[in-house]
Amino acid sequence: MAVKLLLEKAHIEGIRSYEVYRREGGYRSVEKALKTMSPENIVDEVKKSGLRGRGGAGFPAGMKWSFIAKPEGVPRHLVCNADESEPGTFKDRYLMENIPHLLIEGLIVSSFALGSNDTYIYIRGEYAWIVDILETAINEAKANGFVGNNILGTGFNCNIHVQRGAGAYICGEETALIESLEGKRGNPRLKPPFPAVKGLWERPTVVNNVETLSAIVPIINMGGEEYAKIGVGRSTGTKLISACGNINQPGVYEIDMTISVEEFIYSDEYCGGIANGKRLKACIPGGSSVPILPANLLLKTAKGETRYMNYESLSDGGFATGSMMGSGGFIVLDEDQCIVKNTLTLARFYRHESCGQCSPCREGTGWMEKILHNIEYGKGKISDIDLLWDIQSKIEGNTICPLGDAAAWPVAAAIRHFRDEFAWHVNHPDESQKRNFGLAHYADPIYVPVTA
Amino acid sequence: MGFMKFNEQQLAEFNRLVARYPEGKQKSALLPVLHLAQESFGGWLSEEALNYVAELLQIKPIEVYEVATFYSMYHLKPVGKYVFEVCQTGPCMLRGSDNIIQYIENTLGIKPGETTTDGLFTLKTVECLGACGYAPMMQLGKHYKEHLTKEKVDAIIEECRKNAAVNN
Repeated sequence: MAVKLLLEKAHIEGIRSYEVYRREGGYRSVEKALKTMSPENIVDEVKKSGLRGRGGAGFPAGMKWSFIAKPEGVPRHLVCNADESEPGTFKDRYLMENIPHLLIEGLIVSSFALGSNDTYIYIRGEYAWIVDILETAINEAKANGFVGNNILGTGFNCNIHVQRGAGAYICGEETALIESLEGKRGNPRLKPPFPAVKGLWERPTVVNNVETLSAIVPIINMGGEEYAKIGVGRSTGTKLISACGNINQPGVYEIDMTISVEEFIYSDEYCGGIANGKRLKACIPGGSSVPILPANLLLKTAKGETRYMNYESLSDGGFATGSMMGSGGFIVLDEDQCIVKNTLTLARFYRHESCGQCSPCREGTGWMEKILHNIEYGKGKISDIDLLWDIQSKIEGNTICPLGDAAAWPVAAAIRHFRDEFAWHVNHPDESQKRNFGLAHYADPIYVPVTA
Repeated sequence: MGFMKFNEQQLAEFNRLVARYPEGKQKSALLPVLHLAQESFGGWLSEEALNYVAELLQIKPIEVYEVATFYSMYHLKPVGKYVFEVCQTGPCMLRGSDNIIQYIENTLGIKPGETTTDGLFTLKTVECLGACGYAPMMQLGKHYKEHLTKEKVDAIIEECRKNAAVNN
């Protein structure tokens, strides 16, 4: 069994309650941090841990914390990003539903490190029942002296508030989230200024993902150096992977980033193999915005080496032959799935979620959806494939926020690796309405030239 | 429902929401307050409701309109008593959400965006709700209905009809 730091106790009966959570050793990190460490010590431990942001970007969390400005007399805020909306991702929900006190514990320690006396959890509006779970947990923690004024008699005050969003993927982007928290449309802000300098109500703000903030608990308990020993290279600690699509055991798994992609898909401890005895065709390993890979490039890198479930290995080969760890939303497609159809649903998603501020994204996402719709329904032209490529390349890098890139990458990767499937749709408009392209050659071993 | 106003209990909730933010930053409560208004005023937000929220928060009506039209969870037209919001994004599609949507259309005799003539059901297709591992799925009120099959859909419709009959 692999090391588990976040979900180790998630299955204990009653762990949602303060009583059981505390009995199982919960809130020890608050006692340790508030009574024996300074805020600077905590930031140092997080830096040593090598923890990278678990929301998708993978930015070192300790470094992000160290950027927070500390102007005299201006309050600072920690905001927890629980707007989990990247298709394929449902790990934060799992954590909040099953072991909510772990997040609350992480929030108190992190708030102390950053000097936040009012901390906000911004949760996607659809997770309505989880708001109740979190508020119950906060109230229990408050009744036991871990939230509120003068926590554990240390003089540190911290209140935690839960704010519901109302249905907008873009609010997962940190500046859009801040706008939304201020009661506005979720339009991302121009950076700089970064939130660490001017964030919520123009005050210094740090926005971190649910899983990132939960990981602060084991980091404080075991120390940053010990945490960094788990995993490999710059992929330290454990990562939650939410696995879905055509697999036998969809669900949320905690991995220590040393296992191979093949083991993750086929082992009974994780996905349990492809459903209905089918063969693996493709996979989007890190949430819908990261590049889709055909089976052959998913299991092995272009150099023919085993691919592992960590930041470096998943991105080995760059976008030409690799993908990304992203948010850990692992979407598996079996041999019966149509890449064009899958890409169409994702293009529709991004068109729907574009905030409309930047024209390349606002217009481009709609154009891509229309063209993909035509190809999928037998009305495409061969030139449409190059047109799609052209549009996505003009969205990428030309928008205020990363939603443009997120919309462009899935289309680019689908064409890069599955161009012949797109061409088959165009050339066989009738047949493509009756059957799918199938597995074709997408699982065949890739020829690796032997160099002298 | 007469002139639109929160009752005492709803006003208490309104005050609880506003109290989370610093003095003068009450606009931050707009999203939660719109949720409260939608729940309180029949499941959708009329212009009257939006204006009332603006008045309560002491902001301009346009500040409320621009938010209400941006977020997908606010209904700006009347909806049925039960709104089936079925996810159709990639991961759900891979697990057969198209068939579920088709089945609901056939069973209720409505297309996405429409409401049954008895005012009981509205069907909406929505984008990813974060339940990809439990697909296909839909949101019904505050909760998710997951691992949907035709049989499960039948049972949900049946349950809604029963609840509606009891409440009438």
